[in-house]
Amino acid sequence: MDILTQQLINGLVLGSIYALVALGYTMVYGILELINFAHGEVTMFGAMISLAVIGAFTANGAEVNGLVIVAIGLLAAIAVCVALGFLIERVAYRPLRRAPRLAALITAIGMSIVLQNLAMLIWGKQYISFPPLLPLTSFEVGGAVITNLQIFIVTLSCLLMAGLLLLIKRTRLGRAMRATAQAQDIAGLMGININTIISLTFMIGAALAAIAGVMVSAYYGLAHYHMGFMLGLKAFTAAVLGGIGNVAGAMLGGLLLGLIESLGAGYIGTLTGGFLGSHYQDVFAFFVLILVLVFRPSGLLGERVVERA
Amino acid sequence: MIERWQKWRHDRRAVWATYIALAVLLAALPFLTGEVLGRGWVRILDFTLLYVMLALGLNIVVGYAGLLDLGYIAFYAVGAYVYALLASPHFGLHLPFWALLPIGAGIAAVFGILLGAPTLRLRGDYLAIVTLGFGEIIRIFLNNLNAPVNITNGPQGVNLIDPIAFGGFSFSQTHTLFGLSFPGIYTYYYLFLALALLIIFVSLRLQNSRIGRAWVAIREDEVAAEAMGINTRNIKLLAFAMGASFAGISGGLFAGFQGFISPESFNLFESIIVLCMIVLGGMGNIAGVILGAVLLTIFPEALRYIGELQNYLFGRILADPADLRMLIFGLALVLIMIFRPAGLLPSVRRRQEFGSDASVLAQEQASLYDARR
Repeated sequence: MDILTQQLINGLVLGSIYALVALGYTMVYGILELINFAHGEVTMFGAMISLAVIGAFTANGAEVNGLVIVAIGLLAAIAVCVALGFLIERVAYRPLRRAPRLAALITAIGMSIVLQNLAMLIWGKQYISFPPLLPLTSFEVGGAVITNLQIFIVTLSCLLMAGLLLLIKRTRLGRAMRATAQAQDIAGLMGININTIISLTFMIGAALAAIAGVMVSAYYGLAHYHMGFMLGLKAFTAAVLGGIGNVAGAMLGGLLLGLIESLGAGYIGTLTGGFLGSHYQDVFAFFVLILVLVFRPSGLLGERVVERA
Repeated sequence: MIERWQKWRHDRRAVWATYIALAVLLAALPFLTGEVLGRGWVRILDFTLLYVMLALGLNIVVGYAGLLDLGYIAFYAVGAYVYALLASPHFGLHLPFWALLPIGAGIAAVFGILLGAPTLRLRGDYLAIVTLGFGEIIRIFLNNLNAPVNITNGPQGVNLIDPIAFGGFSFSQTHTLFGLSFPGIYTYYYLFLALALLIIFVSLRLQNSRIGRAWVAIREDEVAAEAMGINTRNIKLLAFAMGASFAGISGGLFAGFQGFISPESFNLFESIIVLCMIVLGGMGNIAGVILGAVLLTIFPEALRYIGELQNYLFGRILADPADLRMLIFGLALVLIMIFRPAGLLPSVRRRQEFGSDASVLAQEQASLYDARR
């Protein structure tokens, strides 16, 4: 029983990180119908920048509280990633807005390769470890162990997601974003500055990705120039699972994927009588994705795609 | 310029002369590269031909039928593993080459249908993510199927795969003909060239066949295609199977050529690169796809000379060329797409979609009418 609780907790933490990254994919997709392949790399940059800043602080032996240092690292990561998100859109996607979607997909892939190798040039190929700055305490809940970091990650993710939903549903900016997603040209005629809205969408997504990146590196204690790829892939899977283009769907998909993965990894061995081990964790995630899409071709919360007349 | 090109195209002797020149060039290419750039580049030529076959296969799925497939390398993996398992000491099986290649292509085609069947209702990006997941699933299985029953030998991969041999003729050994010595990589080049030409021929014939036109119709508008009486289910499955079988052939050749395969060669990045080849070259256009495959195989290799270039320019090596080359590769992808969004050599239909200048269009139409004479 306690294993189940433990896996549920781990899944929830993993899922809320996936959800944060998935939001970036889904928002961009909702507006531009573009898979922003470089989004995972933005997440990685967030982790790397925060570690670089934190490293600079700790190396100088500054007598500052660990939490403050991490907070400064987080803010720096957000700032850089927002700039990066803006830049990516400006350089790689805006010139191709009227081009076929596959061309934009290729520039997205190109940007992803560029960012990944840039990070490798700057920070090298080795794993960078997260310094033990956070005062970790763990609690026992129903036989499972939960740390304050895990609680913090889930709480912050929930707050951010709630904030984003409010932003999209209640504010002027959110309304402009929804209008742009529905009909770009007409939204432009209604006096919405499309370019600003699209830039802002990228920047909000990048800020969420930066936070998720810092969370991942703090949670696992490691960062690596290659970490964005798999994380981005999982987050994109989560976005599709929930129905791409749908913000609530991305949250649901992220949480579900996290839970499926950790439960799958925990139980796949016993389910198959030891035939399949926990290496098959990823298979489980993709298998569930395929099953869901076979029965609901547009994701869990996605709208039915209207057949063209 | 275009008029001269048109005139030249209709001069039969000129066309034949070009074909002959091209044939001579292709025949002499390994010797030329071997002399000028070294043996390593002949190997790269061999790989280029493998990628041409792969790209042409994916072109059927993505370029003709418009089904975005991000897990295409899985079929390449299936072909390679079928060859490796049936012709290596791993199971102690040593099937002859003429049997291996069709078996590999056939099994890859079955996998293509296995992937295609559940995804028939999916469109666009949903299809992309499912194919991507499928590719990852295949790779993870290849990586882990060494326990409890050792089928794929896991991450270590399969070693000591039989080199390709036809009857008593082994492609991996050096042969001498007319006083010319043909090392293994040269004979492989001719084998791959022959098969690549065969695949080009099949692609060309498919393009304007009933099936090819059905694929294009599905790509343009699936509902309308169905209304016109096209059995979209079978035609889509056929696209998956055809594309997969090309990849299966290419994968089998890869296994025999390399002598060693491991799951690492079949990761998502490879799928993405093959997709880049066809989009960058010009989707749906065979010449464009070939150009894309050649460029994207050779360009990263050529970028290895960046170290020497840095030495020449700055007198020392500023950044590790191995690190720098993928960065430049990514930048090149972005730049090419920004300046040529339809690809380097777009197909006629795509060029029209892009509203190219009227003169080109008029030319195309003129040549169309000419063809009806």
